[in-house]
Amino acid sequence: MALLEISGVSKNFGAVSAVDRVSLSVEQGELFALLGPSGCGKTTLLRLIAGFERPDRGRIAIDGGDVTDVPPYRRPVNMMFQSYALFPHLDVVGNVAFGLKQEGMARGRREARVAEMLALVQMSDYARRRPHELSGGQKQRVALARALAKMPKLLLLDEPLAALDRKLREETRLELIGIQERVGTSFVFVTHDQEEALGMASRIAVMDKGRVAQIGSAAEIYERPRSRFVADFVGAVNLFDGVLAAGFNAVALKVPGLEAPIALLAEAELPEGGEAALAVRPEKLRLSPGRPEGIAIAATVEGINYQGGVSVVHLVAASGHALKAQMASAAATSFERGMPVWASWDPADGVVLAR
Amino acid sequence: MSRRITAFRAAALTLGFGFLYLPIALLVAYSFNASRLVAVWGGWSLHWYGALAGDDKFKDAALNSLKIGVMAASLALVLGTCAGFVIERFTRFRGRLVFSFMLMAPLVVPEVILGLSLLLLFVASQAWLGWPPGRGIMTVTIAHATFGSCFVAVLVRAQLAGFDRILEEAALDLGARPLSVLWRVTLPGIRPALVSGWLLAFTLSLDDLVVASFVSGPSATTLPMAVYSSVRIGVTPEINALATVFLGAVIVLVALAFSLIARQERRRLAAG
Ligand SMILES: Nc1ncnc2c1ncn2[C@@H]1O[C@H](COP(=O)(O)OP(=O)(O)OP(=O)(O)O)[C@@H](O)[C@H]1O
Ligand SMILES: [Mg+2]
Repeated sequence: MALLEISGVSKNFGAVSAVDRVSLSVEQGELFALLGPSGCGKTTLLRLIAGFERPDRGRIAIDGGDVTDVPPYRRPVNMMFQSYALFPHLDVVGNVAFGLKQEGMARGRREARVAEMLALVQMSDYARRRPHELSGGQKQRVALARALAKMPKLLLLDEPLAALDRKLREETRLELIGIQERVGTSFVFVTHDQEEALGMASRIAVMDKGRVAQIGSAAEIYERPRSRFVADFVGAVNLFDGVLAAGFNAVALKVPGLEAPIALLAEAELPEGGEAALAVRPEKLRLSPGRPEGIAIAATVEGINYQGGVSVVHLVAASGHALKAQMASAAATSFERGMPVWASWDPADGVVLAR
Repeated sequence: MSRRITAFRAAALTLGFGFLYLPIALLVAYSFNASRLVAVWGGWSLHWYGALAGDDKFKDAALNSLKIGVMAASLALVLGTCAGFVIERFTRFRGRLVFSFMLMAPLVVPEVILGLSLLLLFVASQAWLGWPPGRGIMTVTIAHATFGSCFVAVLVRAQLAGFDRILEEAALDLGARPLSVLWRVTLPGIRPALVSGWLLAFTLSLDDLVVASFVSGPSATTLPMAVYSSVRIGVTPEINALATVFLGAVIVLVALAFSLIARQERRRLAAG
């Protein structure tokens, strides 16, 4: 049985549908990400799970028990807030011990637990500091320790790393994964940073305007996006919008501006004449000076964006499409601005998406 | 703009502050006057402070004022905090705006009207309910608590508006019931308003002459009332000594209240 089971949950704020018929389940020990653009309802969904909002429709069950009508202080979940929400009048120990005191845990056990939690997040040396005497990264650790202190079955994290600078964020990401493995608690975390979701989560739910667009592992979401929105939001992508047409012995996509339709690997369930999009990841795009066999699009190099080990070559196709090709920086040196090239890809690397 | 202290600015400063503080400085100076006559300087002396210490009339009045002040400020703290919460938090309460204006009213209504209306209330209530039994410390305390609570409400409301409610959610999330959240998170969070509100209400009660004159009875003469009635007979330097002591107490309390507010504000800025 799933640890968290959300079925058909909706939440409206006036005319705004913040969460719209969301169903998903999270298993024991998972590191589950809610990924989506700003305003898509990630925080609202998290607040529904924590109990700060009541769903207009649908049910939420945690560990088999229906908690839809249970107030937040009786739910076996804890939350780490985006702004950390540390109590300013209490020191680090007071903050971490707060939930344990509410539980009525005996003093000796409580102190041991607090010490253990502070050691876990490497904050033992700061036990007597007040929140305003801590840096952003230190506050984040205290907030994590406080949320974990009660050993919840499920920990909710709202953009846990958003307030940290880039370098600290990358270190903390690994640390968070380590801590999650050690305590074995399931984490549900919100992020609008796709790198964070792809790099940390065991599974990802991509959200769009209150709906779940796709749920799957990082590889599934990236390699096999199920909609144009998911392909576009997760990672960089080259998209061709067109209409499906019957080709010689396969379905093809007629793209306005391209002289030849793009032949697709037959995916029989696509209706002829329907609108569709083809997605090709930048690292799957190959560039060559001469025209290759098969699919090929004439383009001109617009510029080269050096990113260290890899470079992204920006192109403009004769059809007007802006394209991106990613390759090792060494390979990119053979191209220069204004050079005519042919862009091609293996048909297996193109993903057809219904619009 | 030049930062030099020009003659004009120096004069303006001296005049302004002189106007405010010269009378008070004179009063303080004359309290150390050895002469019997208020306006004639006869050298330094602590004689009048000694006389004051031996004067039972003033000691009783001071005790009354202190009792009333503590009780009224505490009552005002409770009532005012409730009112502040209602105005700031119960957004679905339709009369909120009217209510918040009404709370401001005692701050601007003339004291005479306030005193008279409270007197009428007490008289009517005694006639119909038989309570309060008579006018005295109890009635003055209630009267002082009414206007004190307005000040407390204004302070509490302002601080609640700046209070981050996410802290309350964090406490709920950690298993604290709503009442426990109020006690352990919200009230500590607005503690400066509570402390300064109490001090303000206490000071106002200590200061008040007009309202107390209306609602007090023969058994409960407050310090300002005692001073006023003895001044009508004639000012003695003893009154100056009393006023100086009184002034000192009020200054200390007000300074305490403001430094508390300022310190909290600094901390908030540092944290944010
Ligand atoms: N308390 C509220 N009252 C009214 N509207 C709200 C409230 N909370 C959220 N909304 C609306 O619901 C929608 C979803 O908001 P939510 O905070 O869940 O987005 P989000 O995905 O967390 O965005 P972000 O990445 O910017 O944090 C938004 O359109 C927002 O304006
Ligand atoms: Mg959010």
